[in-house]
Amino acid sequence: MTEPISTFLQAIAGGLGQGAVYALLALGFVIIYKSMRVVSFAQPALMLAGAVLVTYLVEPLSGLGRTGAFFVSLLIAVVGVAVIGLGVERAVIRPMIGKPVFVIAIITLGIDIVVRVVLSGFIGVDVRQVGDPWGLDQVSLAGVLVQERHLVMFATTAVVVAVLFAFFKYSRLGLAMRAASFDQETALAQGVSVGTVFALSWAMAGGLAAIAGTFVATGAGVDDNLWIIGLKALPAIILGGLDSLGGAVVGGLVVGLVESLVATYQADLAPWLGQNFAVVSPYVVMLLILLVRPYGLFGTREVERV
Amino acid sequence: MSAPARDRRTAESAAAGTPSDVQHRRPRQLWGRPELYTSYAQSTRMLNTRPKLFGVLALIALAVYLPFGVEDQYLHIGALAFAAAVGAIGLNLVTGFAGQVSLGHAFFLAVGAYTAAALSGDPDGRTLGFGITFMPVWLLAAGLVAGVIGIIVAPIATRLRGLYLAIVTLGLVFLGEHIFKEWQDLTGGPGVGRAGPVPDLFGNRLNESGDVLTADQKLYLTMLVLLIIFAIFAKNLVRSKVGRAFSAVRDRDIAAEIIGVSLTRYKVIAFGVSSFYAGCAGAMVYTVVGFFDPTSFTLVLSINYVAMVLIGGAGTISGSIMGAIFITALPRLTQELPTVVPFISTDPTASVNTLNAAVVLYGLLIIVFLIFEPRGLFGIWLRIRNYFKAWPFSY
Repeated sequence: MTEPISTFLQAIAGGLGQGAVYALLALGFVIIYKSMRVVSFAQPALMLAGAVLVTYLVEPLSGLGRTGAFFVSLLIAVVGVAVIGLGVERAVIRPMIGKPVFVIAIITLGIDIVVRVVLSGFIGVDVRQVGDPWGLDQVSLAGVLVQERHLVMFATTAVVVAVLFAFFKYSRLGLAMRAASFDQETALAQGVSVGTVFALSWAMAGGLAAIAGTFVATGAGVDDNLWIIGLKALPAIILGGLDSLGGAVVGGLVVGLVESLVATYQADLAPWLGQNFAVVSPYVVMLLILLVRPYGLFGTREVERV
Repeated sequence: MSAPARDRRTAESAAAGTPSDVQHRRPRQLWGRPELYTSYAQSTRMLNTRPKLFGVLALIALAVYLPFGVEDQYLHIGALAFAAAVGAIGLNLVTGFAGQVSLGHAFFLAVGAYTAAALSGDPDGRTLGFGITFMPVWLLAAGLVAGVIGIIVAPIATRLRGLYLAIVTLGLVFLGEHIFKEWQDLTGGPGVGRAGPVPDLFGNRLNESGDVLTADQKLYLTMLVLLIIFAIFAKNLVRSKVGRAFSAVRDRDIAAEIIGVSLTRYKVIAFGVSSFYAGCAGAMVYTVVGFFDPTSFTLVLSINYVAMVLIGGAGTISGSIMGAIFITALPRLTQELPTVVPFISTDPTASVNTLNAAVVLYGLLIIVFLIFEPRGLFGIWLRIRNYFKAWPFSY
C-alpha cells in the first residue's frame, strides 16, 4: 500500500475510533434531550466521574488480570455513574420540570461545576491511570497501523449502540421512552410513567458517559482537563440533530473523522489556519451544516405555535 | 392652604384647560404617596418616584465616598466589579431582555480587550501597539469593533433558536480562543500574554498613583463613572421602543413577527448592542487587571457572566449590576470562609481548600438561585421592597 493511501486510512481509522467515543457521549446528550428537551451540560462531569471511578477500582481488582480488571471496573463504574445520574436527576432536575429549558440547562452547568471540583479533589495532583491493557499499542490491519484502543472503542460502541437500538425498538421501557419523547401528555394519559422515563434517561446517559470517559482516558490518563473533551460531543449532537439517536452516532463519527483528517492534513495543506486547528474544526463543520439545515442533519423541525 | 387642596385645585384647573393656573402651580409630589404621578413628565422619567431618586442618589454618593474610607484592595475588587457589570448589562440585554441565549460573551470580551490593548499599546513593544492611549478613543473603538463583529455574527444567530443558538455561540468562543492563541503578534501567545490597555485622560494616567488619589482609587472612580453612563444608556434603551421589541421577541417571537416587530432586525440590534457592551467591558476589565493572555477567554468566563445575569436577575439592569458585584466579590468572600467553617483549609494541596470551596459555592449558588429565586438578587430586593411597601400589612 502506498504511503499517502495508508496515511489516509490511518487517519480514517483513528478518526472512527475517536469518533466512537464522541458518539457515546453524544448519545447520552440526545437521550436526555429526547426525554426532557434539555441539553444537559453535566455530561462532561459524569464522564470524568466514570473515568475516576475506574482508576480507583482497577487496583483492588487486579487479581482478575489486566483485561478482566479493566472491564469489570468499567461495568461497576457504569452502574456507579448511572446511580449518580439518577441522584442528580431526582434531587435537582425533578423540582425544575416545567421551568424554561434554558434555566434547567444552566442548572446542569452548575452541577457540572460542582461535580468536577469535587472530582478534582479525588484526582489529586498526579495524573491517574485507567489501567487498560492496550496503552498506545498499535496493530497492523492490512498494512494500516491502527491503535488497538481505537479498535476496542469502535467495537464497544458498536455493541452499545446495537443494544440501545434493540432496547428502544423491542422492549416495553424503550417503547415507553419513545412515546414520552414524542408527546409527553399523551404518554402520561396512556399510563407511561414519565418520571421513570426521566430517571432512566439520566441513568443511561450517566452510564454512556462513564464508558466514554474511561475510553478517552485510556490514552493520556485522567487529569482535570478531561472534561473539555466532553464538550466535543456538542458539535456532534448539533450536527446530527438534537433529537435523533442515529444522528448522534453519525455526528460523533463525523466529528471524529473531521478532527483526525484535519489533524493529519492541515499542516501541509493550510498552514495559515494555525496549529491545533483540528480542535476547532468540528465547530466550523457544525456552523457550516447549520447554515444549510438549522436543525441538524437528522433533527426534526420544531413546530412552534403562537 | 393644605397640600392636598392645592393639588386638587391644580388637577381641576388642568382638567378645565385653564392655562394660567397650570403655569403657576408646579405639580408637587406627595410625601408618602410615591406612586401618585402628578405630571406626565414625572411618570416618564427614569427615576419617577422620589424614593427611587433619593435611593439611587444615596447609592451613588456611597459609591463615590468608598474610595476615601476603604482600603485599596477592596477598591480593586470594586473596579473589577463595575467593569464586569458593564459586560453583565450587555449579556442581560441579549439574553434577559431579548431572550437570545448567548454563551459567546467571552469572545466579544476578548475582541474588545485586544482592540483596546492594541490601540493603546506601546508601539515599540513585543506585541502589536499603536500608542493611542486616550481612553475614550480606545474604549469606543473596542466597543465598535466588537459590536460590528456581533452584527456580522447575528444573522447566523437569527436562524437558530434556543439551545442550538447556545451551542453555536459556544463554538464562537472556541473559535475565538483558537484565533487569539495563534495570533501571537497581537496577544503574546498562551502563557505569555500582553499588557492591558493603557488608560490616559488628558495627560492623567489613570492606572498610576498621582498626587491626590492612588491608582486603585482613580481606577475605581473611572469605572464607576463609566458604569453609570453605560447603565443609563441601557436603561433608556430598555424603556424605549427597541426594549419593548426585545421583550416581545423574548416572550412570543412568532406573535411579535405577526404584529410587525421585525425579528431579524431586533435580534441583530440585540446582538450588536450586547457585543458593544461586551467589547467595552473587556477593555475596562483588563485595564484594571493590567495583564492578560488568550487563555483567559474560555467557556468558563462566559459562564461567569451568565451566572452574573441569572443570579443578579435576568431582564433587569440593576440586577446585572448586583450580580456582577456579587460574583466578582465571591472569591474574596470565600477567602474569609476558613475562619468561619473549620474544615476548609487554606493549603492548596488539601482536597477541601478555599479554591475548591469557592468554585463549589459558585456552582451551588447558581443551582440554588435558579431553583429558589429565579428572579435573582433583584427578585430578593423586590420581595424586601414589597414587604416594606405593604408594612405593617402583609399584602
